[in-house]
Amino acid sequence: MSRLKTITRRGFLIGSVALAGGVAFGAYMVTKPHANPLLEGAGQGDTAITPYVLINADGVTLITPRADKGQGAYSVQAALIAEELDVELDQIRVDPGPPSPAYWNTALADEAAAFMVPSGGRAERVAHGVLSAVMKTMGMQITGGSTTVPDGFMKLRQAGAVARETLKLAAAQKTGTAMADLRTEAGRVILPDGSSLSYMELAPIAADITPPQEIALREPSEWRLIGKPMRRIDIVAKSTGTQNFGIDHKVDGMVHAAIVLNPAQGGPMNSFDASEALTMRGVRDVVQITGGVAVIADNTWRAFQAASAIRFDWGPAPFPATMDAHWETLSNSFTEEFEDSRQRDDGDVDISFAESAGLISAEYRAPYLAHAPLEPLSAIVRIDNDAAEVWTGTQVPRFIQKNVGRIAGIEADKVTVHALYMGGSFGHRLEDEVVKQAAEIAVKMKGTPVKLTYSREQDMTHDFPRQIAMARMRGVVRNGQVDSYDLGIAMPSVVMSQMARQELSVPGPDSQIVAGAWDQPFAIPNHRVTGYRALQLAPISSWRSVGASSNGFFYNAGLDELIHAAGADPLTERIRLCDDDEARKVLEAVGEMSGWDGVLGDGRGRGVALTQSFGVHCAQVVEVTSTDAGIRIEKVWVAAEVGTVIDPVNFDNLVKGGVLFGLGHAMNCEITYTDGIADQSNFDTYEGMRMHQCPVIEVRGLENGARVLGIGEPPVPPAAPALAGAIFAATGTRLREMPFSKFVDFA
Amino acid sequence: MRLTVNGTSREVDVEPDMPLLWVLRDELGITGVKYGCGIAQCGACTVHVDGVPVRSCQLAVGDLEGEVTTIEGLGSPDALHAVQAAWIEHQVAQCGYCQSGQIMSAAALLSENSNPSDADIDDAMSGNLCRCGTYPRIREAIKAAAQTIRSA
Repeated sequence: MSRLKTITRRGFLIGSVALAGGVAFGAYMVTKPHANPLLEGAGQGDTAITPYVLINADGVTLITPRADKGQGAYSVQAALIAEELDVELDQIRVDPGPPSPAYWNTALADEAAAFMVPSGGRAERVAHGVLSAVMKTMGMQITGGSTTVPDGFMKLRQAGAVARETLKLAAAQKTGTAMADLRTEAGRVILPDGSSLSYMELAPIAADITPPQEIALREPSEWRLIGKPMRRIDIVAKSTGTQNFGIDHKVDGMVHAAIVLNPAQGGPMNSFDASEALTMRGVRDVVQITGGVAVIADNTWRAFQAASAIRFDWGPAPFPATMDAHWETLSNSFTEEFEDSRQRDDGDVDISFAESAGLISAEYRAPYLAHAPLEPLSAIVRIDNDAAEVWTGTQVPRFIQKNVGRIAGIEADKVTVHALYMGGSFGHRLEDEVVKQAAEIAVKMKGTPVKLTYSREQDMTHDFPRQIAMARMRGVVRNGQVDSYDLGIAMPSVVMSQMARQELSVPGPDSQIVAGAWDQPFAIPNHRVTGYRALQLAPISSWRSVGASSNGFFYNAGLDELIHAAGADPLTERIRLCDDDEARKVLEAVGEMSGWDGVLGDGRGRGVALTQSFGVHCAQVVEVTSTDAGIRIEKVWVAAEVGTVIDPVNFDNLVKGGVLFGLGHAMNCEITYTDGIADQSNFDTYEGMRMHQCPVIEVRGLENGARVLGIGEPPVPPAAPALAGAIFAATGTRLREMPFSKFVDFA
Repeated sequence: MRLTVNGTSREVDVEPDMPLLWVLRDELGITGVKYGCGIAQCGACTVHVDGVPVRSCQLAVGDLEGEVTTIEGLGSPDALHAVQAAWIEHQVAQCGYCQSGQIMSAAALLSENSNPSDADIDDAMSGNLCRCGTYPRIREAIKAAAQTIRSA
């Protein structure tokens, strides 16, 4: 790049660069050596800029590295820029892709990680664990870990402020007006006489101006947008069927493909017979790909039909064939040999247990779970001799560049990724198998865009599901209080499984094995949390809230049993044990919101849980009624501490969605394997929550904390244990394994 | 064969057993209607046939009798149906992928019953899955749209 001008502020840099006939402002850094193997291509001292906002003749464009999979990330990011830039939300367009691969540099991963890892107490170490496991390894431009808001809160506002002041300098230069006499509003610089200049016309001048230093961000009292209800920028399109999702996208001349892989996931294909499929209408070809075959046809349905007409001889799955064997592997993992971490060891649980006659113990289980966003995966790939293009909904565009480049035999930077709107993800699109498969097909028919669409069955049975996990609790109560709590958690490593598919290894303990358990804000006198890394079983991946999705249940369920044994109240005892002011306020909030007063009678029951995940303390009270038709979930009260609620509407929507995600899967979802083949392949056997089961949900966002945190994942972990607690209170049945529908009916 | 979609007569050359869903999406390029499950479990493919909500993934185009309305025919960004206007006002969507089907089911409900109870809403909407969990807002938006329709 020709001109790069920077300022330094608060640990990161905002620079500008002439780009696309205008000026782009964004984060800038000088690369440093880094242990991450992804960064080997970045030379020492190279400069790079991640453009956040581009202003040119076309208008104001937010260029976001953070994908929108339904969580409103585009709107939130646009609002953060607009707050300081003085444009209205409807004046901003969003471009999720890089304008040019040249502006992307893997070194930014380091910058992003460094930015997101403040030093400090337990919560900060938690954040560091999440990042070291996921973010740093995976390179920049990852959307995950509820990081969009914490990552962007300062940087995007700063980029907006720098851009605004630079545009004012451009206006001052053009008109000879003093800076102090200029103001900005709705995308224009206003002159003292009331005339104005648009940002668009000032952009070429601004490109030649060194961005000003040390611009103070506006105080919260001055915010026009942050903290006030916003209209999502995609809300009209998503309410009129006009939103273009990945699966809707068309490229001229494209063909449609479907694939069949070994139903025993990852197993080999011994042979196949496609003779019938090749005679079917619209079928162009059947080609072999890694682990199976692809049908190429002129229509999605015809490709699906032909795929189901192919006969195969498959080999076995590369993991145990039965669920019994999976559980046995976990059961055998609670030994020193498999110990992965012991990040919490307060007091001495062993002495406490030795001195107590009343040792309480229990075992808990959490199943594999599919991500199952409602939009099945799809990707369009076109490979030419020296370049490739990809159109898909993804959270990992850099992995796609690397992998398509490898398949096409070209450099990663010759692969252009167009990131499209996603019909949900929940972590599903942190994987890029669908893109690799489309690329394997496309490389056999160069120049032709190949659109691969997964059937629902393909999507669900070849998902990399949430980890299977098991926990063992032992504890002691004394004088009506919880005295000792020892929790061991065994699961295969999600991070190891996920990274292995990218041919990366992650050294050190996997913090996700104990996330949502070791790091909880309770000062129990004798308290130990141990993670055990089980042998790898079925391939697994990050599922909304990752380790905490199972561990939030384990931790709270175990604590509930001890509190019950102590004869204490689940909420009162949690508040008594709580050693974190923010967390205590969250617990007190749900107590106040729900009018918590213990026993309800008449088949009603309430449960409470709190999980700190991704730095957010989220507490929930669930109320159920036991009816003749089964358990009915009546109401949920939720409170979460996020520092600042950027958009109260989106916050409310995401929290409710997270609660329902947690409740729905806890109620009735699991992926099980028979002969190494997933038993559930569609929503008839993997249902989740439906409208008639949906409780009333009351949400409160607390803003006592100093850090601004994301809310995409933290509402998920406490939902299941709060439901289990409510069912216990209503029925006396203690549920220790998900899904709960194995033991109780839901109305 | 000929079919009428959103008021326009269209000619397609397809097998009669091709589901209406794929005729709309791949042959006619009408993509507001979504593929979610292919077995009538999620409702994302809901369209109206002569005003009645139908799962288009389960209707072979050869068996189609009547005029098809997709979400594009219900209303447009410039001319919103009352249900769509309520969906925008209540900011229902998260990922938005299920919402075409949700809106079509809700519009069909309200055309029959402009003052639905919670139980009526449960009955009409429980076949439409939302993986993001927007059900509370869907319920609010249906009630708001009902009020709009009643006062029209």
